[in-house]
Amino acid sequence: MSSPETQPMGGTPYAVVVGLEVHVQLKTNTKLFCRCPTTFGQPPNTQTCPVCLGLPGSLPVMNRHAFELSMKTALALNCTIPYFTKWDRKNYFYPDLPKGYQTSQFDLPMSEHGHLNIFSENDEFADKQIRILRAHLEEDAGKSMHDEAAGVADSRIDLNRTGTPLLEIVSEPDMRSAAEAKAYLQELRLILLYLGVSDCNMQEGSLRCDANVNLHIDTPAGTIATPIVEIKNMNSFRAVQRGIEFEVGRQYTLWQKDKQVLGDMPKQTRGWDEGAQVTRAQREKEESSDYRYFPCPDLVPVVVTDEEIQAMQQQIGTLPASLRKQLLDDHQLTAHTSAVIVNQGLGFADYFLALATAIDDSRLAGNWMQGEVLRILNEQEQTIQQFKLSAAELGELLKFIQSGDLDNSKAKDVFAVMIESGQSAADVMAELGIEKVDSSQLEELCQRLVDNNPKIVADVQSGNPKAVGALIGQARKENSNVDPGQVRQICLALIEKL
Amino acid sequence: MALTRDDVEKVSLLARLQLTDDELNSMTEHLSQIIQYVHQLDEINTDDVAPLAHTLDITNVLADDVVADCLSREAALQNAPQRDEECFRVPAVL
Repeated sequence: MSSPETQPMGGTPYAVVVGLEVHVQLKTNTKLFCRCPTTFGQPPNTQTCPVCLGLPGSLPVMNRHAFELSMKTALALNCTIPYFTKWDRKNYFYPDLPKGYQTSQFDLPMSEHGHLNIFSENDEFADKQIRILRAHLEEDAGKSMHDEAAGVADSRIDLNRTGTPLLEIVSEPDMRSAAEAKAYLQELRLILLYLGVSDCNMQEGSLRCDANVNLHIDTPAGTIATPIVEIKNMNSFRAVQRGIEFEVGRQYTLWQKDKQVLGDMPKQTRGWDEGAQVTRAQREKEESSDYRYFPCPDLVPVVVTDEEIQAMQQQIGTLPASLRKQLLDDHQLTAHTSAVIVNQGLGFADYFLALATAIDDSRLAGNWMQGEVLRILNEQEQTIQQFKLSAAELGELLKFIQSGDLDNSKAKDVFAVMIESGQSAADVMAELGIEKVDSSQLEELCQRLVDNNPKIVADVQSGNPKAVGALIGQARKENSNVDPGQVRQICLALIEKL
Repeated sequence: MALTRDDVEKVSLLARLQLTDDELNSMTEHLSQIIQYVHQLDEINTDDVAPLAHTLDITNVLADDVVADCLSREAALQNAPQRDEECFRVPAVL
């Protein structure tokens, strides 16, 4: 695969190289090594114990569920699960890390060598596979807050989050643009949500993304690589895209000036400043060996059997990619509609499948899901689980469209009342006095209108089919239940025959 | 490979320990002795010995994901050299 290159105006062509490190908080009740709860937003320092405070003599015990969720995720990301895995201490000094080390995984991670596929909805890039180097299970640190109070130069430390299980998913540097990086992160998040292993809330920090970015620049002396920069603090998908785009421009401009290449300086960490839309230099990254990793003597290794891996594989369930394929191939939905449905999550997709089965029409079901249903959910800030109508109830309404008793616009009126009152489609229609106008009645009405309006008929005949709209208006005045589309069709046919 | 004073200085910085010149000198000597002692292991042929991840011959010590009691905030903060009503306080972190 050749790398798409950017050719700056009058400049040297270059390729963008991006790898992402994503930290996911796993949805467990308790922390990774102790049984303190992991609830977000509790008052500071009310969810700690001797283990997560790092008090001498305390001993960690691995959370079984955290390991299972990690394994499930790793398998869904096509990783291999080694039979043997262990934990190591990553030593660094920081006040939000009370033990003086983070318990993480170094040389024997619990999973490695996976991949996920990304695609662009608006053809910004070709479909491609992004390799995943590894996913390993580690603990989160606490939170430090700088106290801005006048003259006080202290930081305040809250250790509620300390020890929360994190899965760190490290991609290979396979992305060649900010758009690809964003697509990778979106697809990864969707997979995690389908698996139900994390809330993936970027604002609350349960999904965090760091990007490693550099450029490969074509020079007369061969391709050179600029020094790698790790961007942190990107708290939204947009921030990820903007941060990488900014960094690409910055590195190119800097290289033109200083000609520094990879290896000339240690890896740099820069933070994304959302307000200023720039990256800013942070501390120089300590070399890997400075973390002085060594096996954690307090935790014994975990051994996994083939049977356990197979059993977990069974629990994975539907994933976004297979669902997308099912909606496109089996249900013949457009790429757009299937993307809308898949992106809304598994619950929404299940609702669609139930609705499509109930009315035996995927297209109609898909249109209603991405139109009216989604509109109401957004308006009422609800999830599909909170939606007032069951798929069967909504199906009853759509069947009236299929049978011709309702046109689409009338059906929307009925739908609105159903949402409001919780009544069935049939009851609402009875209440609103909506009933099907039978075809002989309709023919008769149209014939009468054509007979009584020679001027309009002449207008249509002289090549202005839009004039028939006046007949439709009259028809609706006589009988509000007529389907305007049908009236148009019948009237035009009658005029044709004249 | 002998441990140098520079090595000790670097490690003390990583651990945020401020050592005097005298302390650096004596630390270098003491740490060197410890490392020399461990280096005796080099004399053993380990070609046929598999790497050991843990000294205990047990695996898979796992606990169920069930919440247990936490410490009260007061208990959690009681040993802190500096604190306020809610938090530990430390010199400014940038």
